Amino acid sequence: MMTIRALLFASYADALQRDAVDLALPAGATVRDAIERLRALPGGALLPAAPLVAVNQEFARADRELAAGDELAVIPPVAGG
Amino acid sequence: MRTAIVGRAIDAASLGAEAAAPECGAVVTFIGTVRDHNDGRRVSGIEYAAYTAMAERELAAIAREAASRFGTPAVIIEHRVGRLAVGEASIVIVVGHAHRAAAYDASRYVIEQVKRRVPIWKREEYADGTREWVDPTRAAEAVGSETP
Repeated sequence: MMTIRALLFASYADALQRDAVDLALPAGATVRDAIERLRALPGGALLPAAPLVAVNQEFARADRELAAGDELAVIPPVAGG
Repeated sequence: MRTAIVGRAIDAASLGAEAAAPECGAVVTFIGTVRDHNDGRRVSGIEYAAYTAMAERELAAIAREAASRFGTPAVIIEHRVGRLAVGEASIVIVVGHAHRAAAYDASRYVIEQVKRRVPIWKREEYADGTREWVDPTRAAEAVGSETP
């Protein structure tokens, strides 16, 4: 098992009522697996099935394999500028 | 070239002075400000929040890309986070170049890229006291043209 930290922002943080979640995942787990775990949490149904994500501050795809200590950010539609 | 996420008011004049140089014939400054309306509602303020570490990385990457594409090494971007009142500046982009065409093009490129990919969000506050995180993808579908 490995631990990764999921970061939530804006409407997603509001939905889950927190801005960070530590997830224990089996080795070889992907971004998709982590998202499924988040969606199973209270309020998690408000997360899209395939949200925009970043792993260690770079945009990543759903099939990206995660490693221990990775930082997974779940990114709502951006609205900067 | 300098980019930053800041938690204080942005001094556009000071950024302009920072970008100016003897070899510059043009300094283009873009100031994005909080508008008093959006999607038919009266806006009284906006709170900006960022995934700071990644937003800083993306701003730096955008500045480098602009410099490379348009030949404009003098690019300064400051994006503010926190609670802003109507009329306050959320972003200031300054580009300096010998000639105006490159400066205009680089400035436009920067703001379009910021809006597309920097992890920053805005929560609008309305006259009735409600607050809502803005989803530009939804609004764009409704309006069909310009992104808010």
